[in-house]
Formats: sequence, C-alpha cells, structure tokens
Amino acid sequence: MSLSRRDFLKYGGATATGAALGAGIDMLPVEAAAVSLKIKEAKAFAGVCPYCAVGCGQLIYAKDNKIIDIEGNPDTPHTLGRLCPKGAATIQLSNNPLRPTKPLYRAPGSDTWEEKPIEWMYDQIAKRYYDAREKYFIENEKNKDGQVVTVNRLEAIASLGSACIDNEECYLLSKLNRAFGIVYHEHQARV
Amino acid sequence: MTTNLIDIQHADVIMATSNMAENHPVGFQWVMKAKERGAKLIHVDPRYTRTSAAADLHVPLRSGTNIAFFGGLMHYAIQKNLYFKDYVVHYTNASFLLDPAFKNATELNGLFTGYDAAKKSYDRASWKYQIDAEGNPKRDLTLKDPNTVFQHLKRHYSRYTPAMVERVCGIPKAKFEEAAQLFCSTSGPDKTGTITYALNLTQHTNGVENIRALCMLQLLLGNIGRPGGGVTALRGHANVQGATDLELLYHELPGYLAMPLRDAHPDLKTYLEKETPKGGFWVNKPKFMVSLLKAFYGDAATKDNEFGYQWIAKRASADAYSHQHMFVDMYNGIIKGFLADGQNPAVGGPNAKLARAGMQRLDWLVVVDIFLTETAEVWKEPGKNPKDVKTEVFFIPAAPAAEKDGSLTNTMRLIQWHEKAVDPPGDVQTDAQFICTLAHRLQKMYAGSKKERDRGFLAANFTYGSKPDHPEMVEVLKEINGVATEEITDKDGKVVYRKGQPIASFAQLTDDGKTTSGCWIYTGVTVESPDGKLINKAASRKPAEGNDYLAHGWGFAWPANRRILYNRASADLAGKPWSEKKKLIWWDPAAPGQKPEDKPGKWVGLDVPDFNAFLAPDAKNGDKPFIMRSDLVGGFFGPLNDGPFPEHYEPVESPTKNLLSKQQMNPVVKIWKVPDQKNELAPVGSKEYPYVITTYRLTEHHLSGVMSRYLPMLAELHHSHFAEISHELAKELGIQNGEKVTVSTPRGKVHVTAMVTNRLKPFVIDGKTVHQIGVPWHWGWKGVDQLPGSKGDITNDLSSTVGDPNVFIQETKAFVCNVQKGVV
Repeated sequence: MSLSRRDFLKYGGATATGAALGAGIDMLPVEAAAVSLKIKEAKAFAGVCPYCAVGCGQLIYAKDNKIIDIEGNPDTPHTLGRLCPKGAATIQLSNNPLRPTKPLYRAPGSDTWEEKPIEWMYDQIAKRYYDAREKYFIENEKNKDGQVVTVNRLEAIASLGSACIDNEECYLLSKLNRAFGIVYHEHQARV
Repeated sequence: MTTNLIDIQHADVIMATSNMAENHPVGFQWVMKAKERGAKLIHVDPRYTRTSAAADLHVPLRSGTNIAFFGGLMHYAIQKNLYFKDYVVHYTNASFLLDPAFKNATELNGLFTGYDAAKKSYDRASWKYQIDAEGNPKRDLTLKDPNTVFQHLKRHYSRYTPAMVERVCGIPKAKFEEAAQLFCSTSGPDKTGTITYALNLTQHTNGVENIRALCMLQLLLGNIGRPGGGVTALRGHANVQGATDLELLYHELPGYLAMPLRDAHPDLKTYLEKETPKGGFWVNKPKFMVSLLKAFYGDAATKDNEFGYQWIAKRASADAYSHQHMFVDMYNGIIKGFLADGQNPAVGGPNAKLARAGMQRLDWLVVVDIFLTETAEVWKEPGKNPKDVKTEVFFIPAAPAAEKDGSLTNTMRLIQWHEKAVDPPGDVQTDAQFICTLAHRLQKMYAGSKKERDRGFLAANFTYGSKPDHPEMVEVLKEINGVATEEITDKDGKVVYRKGQPIASFAQLTDDGKTTSGCWIYTGVTVESPDGKLINKAASRKPAEGNDYLAHGWGFAWPANRRILYNRASADLAGKPWSEKKKLIWWDPAAPGQKPEDKPGKWVGLDVPDFNAFLAPDAKNGDKPFIMRSDLVGGFFGPLNDGPFPEHYEPVESPTKNLLSKQQMNPVVKIWKVPDQKNELAPVGSKEYPYVITTYRLTEHHLSGVMSRYLPMLAELHHSHFAEISHELAKELGIQNGEKVTVSTPRGKVHVTAMVTNRLKPFVIDGKTVHQIGVPWHWGWKGVDQLPGSKGDITNDLSSTVGDPNVFIQETKAFVCNVQKGVV
C-alpha cells in the first residue's frame, strides 16, 4: 500500500499545528481561530488515550461521523490535558488509508489476500473452532495418582491478546475461551 | 501499582529504574512537580536517557544485576541503621521466627534449603515460620533472635557490600553510596520515596524476584501505603492492567483466582479448600469464585453441579500454556488454530523467529487488528515462499478505541470509560462484536448437544442489550461488577438487593449463588442510584479539587475506589499519621461508628481506607495494614519458586561468572529445548558473543509498532531502526556513527544503523571492561512504503526462549550478542 506526502497532510488531520510559524509575527490568534473553526459544530466525546497505561484523558471531536481532531482533556486529574507524541497522533489510528476496512482471507499456500463477506468469515472461523474442538477436546484424564478426572480441556486452539482492547472485551474473551475449554490463553502482560 | 501518579508529587526522593520520561512522559510531570518542591530524582539505568537528563543522579548499572543493586541498598540501610524501625517491627514479618532448619543463600552459597538439583526445584518444607500454641507465628519484636526474618535478611544480604555492588553491577562504589544515602533518606516518619519500574525489572529470568527486592526495600524504609511512597509500576499498554485483572492469562480466572489444576483441584470443594488462605481478605475467595461461575454460566450454575466448576478446563500442569510455551507447542504441532486479537507476536514476543515458524505451521490463524500486521502476513515473511506456508489466514479489521464504548484500566488501577465518537468504517468490527458473534455462531452449531461438556458453553450468555451482535458495553461492565440473582434480604427481612440489581461492594458477594461477579475487584464500578438508574462510575469525570488531590470523582479505581493501597500503613500503631507532613488516613475516635449502637470511631482522611473503616487500631488486627496477605503484614520473607529472599543470579546469557555465589544462573530457571536449533544459547563469557545487549522502547513508537509504524505522524519521526553503541566499542570495532552494523546472537541477526553515542558507557565488571549495547524493538518489515525508516529488522529475532520460574516471562533485558561493522 502506498501513501503520498500530500495524503499525509490530508489524512493527518491535526499535523499542521504551529510548528512552521514565522519568527517575529504573532500568529497565535490566527492559529487559535483556525482550530476553533475546525472543531466548530463538532461534537466532543470523552476519550482515553489508547497507547501507554498512563491513560491520558482525550477529547475526540467528530462531525458527520468523522473524527476531525483529538486533543488532551484538561480536566483529567492525572494528566491535566497533556498528550505525548503518540497520544497526539491518535487520530491516525482512525483516519488512515493503510487501514483495511474489509475482511481478508488467505487460502493455504496462496500468495494473495482475497476480500470476503463478513458473514462468510464468521461462518468459516466458527467452523474451524468447532472442528478443532470436536477433534481434539480432552474430556477426562488420569491424574498423578492414576484416578480419572474431568478436565474438559482444549489444547488445539490458542488465544493471544490483548492489552489493547477494553475491559469488557477482555472479559468476553476470557468467558468465551474459558467456557470453550481453551487453556493457551495469554496476552502482552506475560511478555 | 500500589500508589497513584498524582501522588508522586509528594515524594522526597524518586528512584526511577525505568525510562519514565520517554515511556510514560505525561505521567513524568508528577516527578517534575515533586522536583519543583525540592525532591531529588535518581535514575538507575544502563543508558543515559531523558529521564537521566532530568535526574540529580544517574546510576548506570549492567543489565541483569538489579537484585545485586537492591540487595546492596538493603544491606546499606541495615548496616547504617537507616531502616524505619517502628514500621519494620510492626507492619512486616521481620520479627517472625523462621524454622531453625531454614538456611539462606549466604549460608548455602547461592541456594536455599531444600534444593533438588535433579528436579531443578525446591522442597519448601523448611521455608516456614515457627508457630506458637495458638497457631500464630512466633515473633521477637527486638529483631535479635538469629531465626527472625530480619536476622536472616541481614545475613542473606551481608555479601551485598558496596564493593561487591561495584564488581557485579559496574557502579563505582562512591556513586552507589551517594545513591544509597540519598534514597535511604526517605526512611522515617517525615519522608517518603517511591520507585518506578516497568519492563526493565520484569523481563528477566528473575523478574518476579526483582520486583520483590524493590518492594522489600520499600518496606525496609517504611514507604508502602504512605503519601509520596509506594511502588510505581508503569505498565506499557493502555489496558495491560485491565487485561490482567480480567485475566487474559493462562494461570488465572478473572480477579486473580487460580485456573484449576488437574492434580490439585479435582472439584470445587477441594479447589476452595486449597486456594483459600486462613487469614487476610482472601478468606472471602469462595464468594468471589462462586460469583464468577454464576457470571459465566448463569442459571445453569447451581449448588448441585458445583456452580459449573467442571466446565472450566483443568490444566495438566503448572508448567504449561504460557506465552512462551504457546509458541514452542505451536512449533511442535500441538496447537492447530490460533487467534491473535490485538497482538503481534511475529515481532513483539521473545524469539520472534520461533514464533513466526510456529505460526507458519498452523492449520489456521485468525488475526483481529487495526492494521495488517506481520502476524497477519506471516506467510509473506521476507525470504519465505508463500507457497510453503499452508496456514489458512482470516483477517478481521478491528476498531480503535475512538470507534467504540468501553473502559480501560490505567497503570494506577483507574478504570476510565471512553465514548464512541464515530461508527467503524466498512466491515470493521469491534473486538466485542467479533467475540460475541463468534460465540453465537458456535452456540448455534452446538445447539441441541446433550453432552455434559457442551452444557457450560451453551449456558454462557453472549447477548448484552437488544442487538445480539452489537453488545452493549455497559451491560457487560454490569456483569463484571455483579448483580443479585434473586432478592437478597437482611436478617430482619429487609430487601437489600432486588433481583438483577448491581452489587455495590465486593463485601456483599456471597458463595451460595445469590450473586454474580465477573471480576470481584471491579465490584462497585456500576451502582444503582436511589431512583433505580444505573450509574457507571468509570464514566464519572469530576476534576480534582480542594483536598481531594487524589480525585476520587474521576473514574473508579479498584478496589472500592481506593487510590493508595495499604494506606493503613500511613498511620502509626495508634492510628495517628506518622507525621503531619505525610498524613493520608487516620483513626478518628469521635467519628460515628458503623451503626448508631456501635462504639464511635472510624478511619478517615484523604483516601478511601484500604482497611476495615471501623476496625479500631487497638482492636485485634487493627494494627496490621497488609490486608491481602494471610499474615496481614508486609513480607520480607516470601516464598517463590526460586527462593524466599531475592538472590542475584546472572542472566542465562552473561559475559561473567556470578561473583556472589557459585550458582551461575537462577537454579530453577525455565529453559525450553526447541528442535531444529531454534533456541541456541551462548555460553557464559562467550568469545563469539562478548557484548551485553538490552532492548527497549522509544517515545515515538509503540511496542511491536502496530499502532505507530502505520501512522505517518509517528513513522516519520525515526530515521531508521538503530542500535546505541558507545564511542569506546565503536572505536574498537571501527564503526562510524550512521553506518550499518550487524547485531547477532545464536538465534538470529539484525541489520541496523549504528548510533554511536555517549549515552552508553562500558562497564568495569570485576576489573574487566564489559561493553553493552541497546536496541529498540519496534520495527518489522511492514510500515509506510514512502518512509523506509518505518520498516526494519525484528529485534526479537535476537532474543531467546528462556523464562522466569514463577511466571515464565522472557529475558529480553539482558542477554549477549556480537556486533560487526557492515551488513554481514
């Protein structure tokens, strides 16, 4: 995938802050006006920076279902509105032409991706989960004393991630994996 | 983290052992604020970084010698009588008497009693307290008995002299003593200090003991539970804390409950008997476990079927299923299918070559991520013919935080809600949507199954709100919090909870199936208002004001919105603040008691007490602040798989012999044997690989690069992948700044740009020069095409598959390498 320098600015959103302002001329009011124009009529949503674990409060400005600016939320008691370079770049996680928006499938041995309907993907993934569980599930096992114990364990599927998803999503993934019998169940905290 | 970022401003000395200014820059403002008050900053790090630039004292130490350093500080504090005696005597197990059969590592030349060399493990029979007739540990409050924990501590660290620290760590004696004197000045009623750490301490084959050593130093100086004190654990991902609490980890279930083991836990009764300690707050574990099973399996979990306990898998062994086991077992063909959801192990984990080789052997791989990561395109690995990779790959595009509602738990246990600002584009899925939709498909496939093993999975609910495949996140948070499964009344018959009402406190969870809780420590995050509305406290946004500098109205900190853990320790035995300057909570004898008929008295102050608020200081256990420990005191003596006191061992790959004992490396270290030379190790003092290497992170990049290498705003900030090399080593090897070099280990090699710098200096270890280089690990073969510097070789191809014996974390902070000029 490629991206031109012009695209950077186009997709970059908030890149053009005051860095290039000429010496000796007070451009700040101009800049302020530009910023206020940009977020005028935009709705502000409460965000939390998705990078490190300081958890900086963000204000996400969106208009017409598009994010137009993300900045630090000055009310946040532990961060006071500040963001680091990563936090200040959060907008490009959403507005980014390198980002796929269609599900992709790669057949065994193929050298290319194919776009597939999302419903097809879910059906296929579910089938892989089902088949692996049916084939490899371990229901009972002898313990160290030779007694048969119910273990209800599935070792053929592993799950990894993530410290990048929300608490509710982590819980749902724990619930799904554990209810399904999955034991290779890990995320970034381990490494 | 026991403390709170905001509270760092009250520290008198901050010892940063991580590079906080660059890796947690916005949190670092509180260090700078403390400095404005006159606080001193010590930075302990092999590299000179922007944290060092802000520090009063930079103390470079050779990577992999943290315990030698912390042990040296403990030795110094004890020798110079600088420890906080009242705190140590009363709030820790220093006064407890140990079994006379127990011997420490000074007495046994690097080992503790009970070592079995054949099994590479310890028999812990002697690792225990002497018990009196009433079953309580015997104590000697004078700390003089040779069997006291304190005397053992003193003898154990007697070898860790400043001269020894100089030989092992490479810190000149005078510099070490300056740092020791400065940090030990935080001992006593009037002063406090905090220590920050991150992966610098964890990514070692003695990672857990590193953290214990840090905590023990803080106990010795009386710094835990007090303003400006504590352990500042700085986590790397936005939700690494939450994903740990909700237990995306092989060894536990949500809320730090052990994942059952086949041999130890055949049924719920045995599980609860073995896992529930006799003292401390964990005596409530049965309530948390049963409430969790009720949250998972709903009405299908009943008393008669052990609340569905048998539907949870039992692990075959405690030495299985961790991250590193996963990729070894994938390579060995045990794992057939793999879900990588928001993680990029092709780059980010140890021995990444092995991880990729493992994934290339899978039947199928599902990747859910924002971008097409190296993991998603593992079949396109440079040098690999896609035809040879038979793995079927499914890629589901995922939504970043701004496109969904949900909560994240930051490094200070603060749960903060974020709002969805826009809809995800195209077919992009939220992770919750992916999980629930997949679960629904699978439940449809299993519908009608009469097998007992499928009953639990079929009973688990994955529908939250009215749209099955668009789960309402607040409803999920409410399940994590827990609700009443039926009407709950008090002893007078008064209704305490209606059916379905959220439980307000984990103290009210029950072990009879009347409550659910998906993660007991989060209970209280959703409550009901008097008019019956659900209040999501994670979404509360009241800025800090007045006395409430800890900002209790902003988000919700687990547990119970307590901002500084173990804060009972901020007051003396009688419940008075140790000093006016360092007050946090205290006993107010005049405050009304819990009920009108009770004696007055309550813990009050600037934080929610991490203690029974009505337990008077002179009541039984009213003077024991460490409520989560079964003996209610801080533990100098704390049995782990590798010993009850942290002992310095050299990293698995080291340039030098261990100078502190004849034990070269951790005697119970985990080293995986992997076929096909996939995990070769360099011998001690290898001539082929003579240099120490450490890996680290940069401000402008994020971990394995998925959230930075594809973002032009970030990807353009670094010219290329690089290695930091000292002028001295560069001169020896004839390397010029900016030219390509090859860094290699027995596992692999990378070609990177040489950054010849003053920021690294050679160490003198036991009289010999030891060079150390530093290599960040954010790069992979993908990025922005127009920015070639956004792509680069994978640093983790250099690291190995070895692990800490307690948690199996890898050793990527200290190993050895070779450096060669040019592309070799």
